[in-house]
Amino acid sequence: MMYNEEFETLPREALKALQVKRLQRVLQRVYHSVGFYKKSMDAAKILPDDFRSLDDLKKLPFITRQDLRNNYPFGLFAVPMSNIVRLHASSGTSGRSSVFSYTRRDLETWTELTARSLIAAGLTKNDIVHNAFSYGLLPGGLGVHYGAEKIGASVIPMSDGNTKRQITLLQDFGPTVLCSTPSYALHLAEEGVAMGVDMKSLQLRVGIFGAELWSEKTRDAIENAFGIKAFNIFGLSEMLGPGLASECLEGRHGMHIFEDHFLVETVNPLTGEVLPEGEEGELVFTSLTKEAFPLVRYRSGDISRLIPEPCRCGRTHIRMERVLKRSDDMLTIRGINIFPSQVEAILKEIQGVEPDYQLIIDKVGALDAVELHVEVGDKFFSETGGVKELQIIEKRIVKDMKDYLSISPRVKLVAPQTLKEKGSKVIDNRVI
Amino acid sequence: MKVEQISVFLENKPGSLVHATRVLKENNINIRTLSLAETVDFGILRLIVNDVEKTNKVLKDAGFRVSKTVVVAVEVPDQPGGLHSIMEALTQEAINVEYLYAFVEKSGQNAVIIFRFDDPEKAIDVLLKHKFTVVPGTNLYEF
Repeated sequence: MMYNEEFETLPREALKALQVKRLQRVLQRVYHSVGFYKKSMDAAKILPDDFRSLDDLKKLPFITRQDLRNNYPFGLFAVPMSNIVRLHASSGTSGRSSVFSYTRRDLETWTELTARSLIAAGLTKNDIVHNAFSYGLLPGGLGVHYGAEKIGASVIPMSDGNTKRQITLLQDFGPTVLCSTPSYALHLAEEGVAMGVDMKSLQLRVGIFGAELWSEKTRDAIENAFGIKAFNIFGLSEMLGPGLASECLEGRHGMHIFEDHFLVETVNPLTGEVLPEGEEGELVFTSLTKEAFPLVRYRSGDISRLIPEPCRCGRTHIRMERVLKRSDDMLTIRGINIFPSQVEAILKEIQGVEPDYQLIIDKVGALDAVELHVEVGDKFFSETGGVKELQIIEKRIVKDMKDYLSISPRVKLVAPQTLKEKGSKVIDNRVI
Repeated sequence: MKVEQISVFLENKPGSLVHATRVLKENNINIRTLSLAETVDFGILRLIVNDVEKTNKVLKDAGFRVSKTVVVAVEVPDQPGGLHSIMEALTQEAINVEYLYAFVEKSGQNAVIIFRFDDPEKAIDVLLKHKFTVVPGTNLYEF
């Protein structure tokens, strides 16, 4: 089944012609309405009119996450705020997060793409969707929500957390579809079993999982725990959100990138050189239809491989393999993307705390657990010799990490110099 | 009239206290009295020593986070109600005690208690007004 068969099965030649036409329009628009693009295209000596075929793409400069931050909050928007109907944002302190905007038409596009993704996984209007992706500033929950409503399914806007309540509703409402991060799905299964619930006897038949790096092994574990078929959904907040690419029922190998709305390239993460289709590299995306926040050649940081071979489902859109690596130091913790530099910024802001720290990430059960070791700075070891002052600083660090990054680490103050000896600022013990 | 205490941050892990005591031994520092405050993750070792400046330096050189803390030593009659009499006087004058611990040796017939107050100057005035004996640091570092 397909949501938009005409576009999802467009012959490759027609699809490429459509991409060129749409990209020419995007370039005209961003060159004339976003200062950043005018500057970067002028510097690269390529004007919108110079762009004639997809081969010209490599002449265009990249845009990076750092560019997004440098233009915080609204510097890259291509339409006035009066045309924007929604704002989302990534975690982080001011100037270290990115803001994403949507016109009404952008929301319609996004809704169609998540609808396509859900239909590709075999959903129908008869399904009841338990949506445990996070609702809020991060775009996961709302993106899937509107797609599920669009196809006529019944949506339970659960969001994440309140695990016991979630398990109760999984029993009482009988949802047929579970949407969440893979680690939260496993957590639900563990907690359910601990509550004496037979998770395989629920009405669930399909799961849609994403927003984290996860492996086939995790897929097996989830499928066994719930007795469901699990699908991978991919998205970037910078490119609307979930629904940039999705697995199909027929193949379940690689996710179709909706190429009528996005252009994908693979590049060498170190040199930026464009790699042939099918080679492993960093994925670079260009939005072809976005109005409020178009991005041209956005370096995603996700390492993957494109699968050019046709899929038996009939979709002509190229597939990407699941993402198992990053080209940068981004960490995904319980579905939230954070960078070590954001932790540094928080520690620097807390008066007297030196930015010597170590993040240690482990799995406790199915969930990510974070320990943050912070060296006791000279300034904050106060003159009173009291315990209270240090405990206040510990609490402040926990609170700021929660407030800015939405992660709740266990904070441990450690003696000076101990972290330098240990070397790395991030120790990720998780096995994906 | 004040006493200087050395406060040392200790990570709550095996070996951190013995590391500190080794540095003190190697530098021939005599601990006159001490107390250890601890939480789940860390502790603070509080020391009254015979040589404050030297202790401060050698511990810092050994990589410890150290601070000098002003505390007040008070003689307390070594009998039931001795400490209570001091506490009553302090409470009356709204002086808060952050922490306290006892000195190992006596001063004559009296015990000595080390107090940390948020305002040591004011606390000393109050104690003297109530006729308690405040012991100066020099009397404690050496004897």
